[in-house]
Amino acid sequence: MATLGLRAPRRSRHESLSSWRIRDRIGLALCWLAGLTLCAVAGAIVLYMAVRGVQFLRPELLFTAPQATLDQSKSGGFLDPIIGTLLLTVIGIAIATPLGVCTAVWMVEYGRPRWLARMVETGIEVVAGTPDIVIAIFGLALFQQGIFSWLSFTSADGAVFGRSFLTAGAAMSLIALPMVFGATREALEAMPRQLREASYALGKTQAATIRSVLVPAARPSISTGAVLGMGRIVGDTAVVVVLLGASLRVDPTGAIPGVDVLRGTGGTLTSYVYNNSPAGEGGAPEKAYAAAFVLLLIVLALNASVELISRRAGGGVLGLGRS
Amino acid sequence: MLARLRQPWSDQRAERTLGALAVVVLLTIALMLTFVAIRAWPAFQHNGLHWFGAQGDVDQQISAMVNTGANPSPEDYQFGAWPLIWATILTTGIAVVVGLGFALLSAIFIVEFSPLALRRLLVTVVRLLAAVPSVVYGLVGILVLAPFIGDHLISAERRKSVEFVIQLSGPGLLVSVVVLTVMITPIMIAIIVEALHAVPRSWREGAVALGVNRWRAMWTVSVRVARPAILAGAVLACARALGEAIMLSMASGGKGFAPNPADGLTFAFEPLRPLAATIVENVESLNAPAIRANVYAMSLVLLVSTFTLSLGAWMAKRSMRRYGVAG
Repeated sequence: MATLGLRAPRRSRHESLSSWRIRDRIGLALCWLAGLTLCAVAGAIVLYMAVRGVQFLRPELLFTAPQATLDQSKSGGFLDPIIGTLLLTVIGIAIATPLGVCTAVWMVEYGRPRWLARMVETGIEVVAGTPDIVIAIFGLALFQQGIFSWLSFTSADGAVFGRSFLTAGAAMSLIALPMVFGATREALEAMPRQLREASYALGKTQAATIRSVLVPAARPSISTGAVLGMGRIVGDTAVVVVLLGASLRVDPTGAIPGVDVLRGTGGTLTSYVYNNSPAGEGGAPEKAYAAAFVLLLIVLALNASVELISRRAGGGVLGLGRS
Repeated sequence: MLARLRQPWSDQRAERTLGALAVVVLLTIALMLTFVAIRAWPAFQHNGLHWFGAQGDVDQQISAMVNTGANPSPEDYQFGAWPLIWATILTTGIAVVVGLGFALLSAIFIVEFSPLALRRLLVTVVRLLAAVPSVVYGLVGILVLAPFIGDHLISAERRKSVEFVIQLSGPGLLVSVVVLTVMITPIMIAIIVEALHAVPRSWREGAVALGVNRWRAMWTVSVRVARPAILAGAVLACARALGEAIMLSMASGGKGFAPNPADGLTFAFEPLRPLAATIVENVESLNAPAIRANVYAMSLVLLVSTFTLSLGAWMAKRSMRRYGVAG
């Protein structure tokens, strides 16, 4: 009965592609291609690292200290790098979180004078874009000054070494800072005005409102930011190479137990991978693969916890956050 | 002391304390510029603007500086960073251009065309790719891609044809660009997706109601409105690529050589070493003043370029508000 193609337009959920122009169809095809390639690349990287990791990772590698020897059967595992990674992450995030939260709170809640707030905002964007290697080399120049000699090893002729867990942690905090700041700021800005007004109406001061209402309400976002920052610290190599010495073992400096480790040099998983790859001096790809697998697992775990936190807080899963 | 801290803070005190911390952040940035510039000064003092030019073999100049001792003469500072700068421009430029097209298509796919399940997966994938440490990318580059390229893509004749200039072994421009593209694409995707989401749905629906198909509506309305964000994404990715040190130090071949586009296809296989990678590789010899000055000069170049790029991206994002779209 259909009279010469005057069919009612087919209105399914997907409009018919056949009516599209060829250029549009090519565009759509390219979109699919790009999306699928992305999945394929990520899948390939993760699968490859997993296969290599399972192939070379032995439980004893995790619990034995590395030895400096060319004989790979005796060069031990990567206990010290794992300790180094943990220690550095804790120091870095312990500095970055309070600093980032305070800065964000000041900017959103006070922000006076206006030009200063704008400068701080721009400044943090700038820090976020600064390469880790430049931050590292700036840290070296800063912490080699005489007044920071208590942070690291000082040689007999008075030259300050500038490399220790403390100095590397301080530089790392600068890398994690934009994450914490951004997450806190977004959370505070998204909070309804009534929340603040209700608190004022109950007679609370602005400072008390911040402490007992706003910051607790922003806690899920702050943890998201902190975990993202931790991910950045765990994965960073440049700061470790420049400011931590990237040594194989944790080398304490000084006599006070506990503090000596913090003032001493060390290495992390990233520097262990770097040094054991063909680019570094030790040609032990098996160990590099095993350590890289552990590193990847840590990063994936941090990633998963970000998702968990934001899901529990009711945040949209599909909104790709600022990364 | 603790009792005093537990007492509720007065507003004024809270504002001052928090403000002081914010100023500390600003001061750190100022310190960063000052310290790096002071340490870089001798390099520019003795080389002038020739520092940016080509003055022969970079690697020879660096290794000569190691032996110049604690009080080098002005000639010892002689350095021409052009091969390193050229390597930085090449890797960054190609990776950003390739990555941008890819990121734009992926972002459109994520926002508009992808089935829901695939969209979930893609969001995870993008986060994952952004989170993988650069040393892992470097490892993949040097242990997987480079040997593959060295064994299968570089023919013996090609190797022989440039034998006296440079050894082609696998790591080089192609490996660097491929891995770098994978590293920076997620950054661009995240920013572009955010911007496309911010475009009001009704604008696109208006276009569809006028009889345009979904692809057209996306391309002519959303993408056009999101142009500043796309630019911002590209610029931020550029900053990231400029500063990528570890991966490039592993996968770029590590030679201070300026690849020559006139070499045809061989160009893609030639080793190089960008600025950031050079800094990492010379960290151990920073005690020699000549090397220190030149390494800090490289950092200064990177610092100034990334500062400029970040500010540019910030301004580009702001201009999206002109359309009444929060960027």
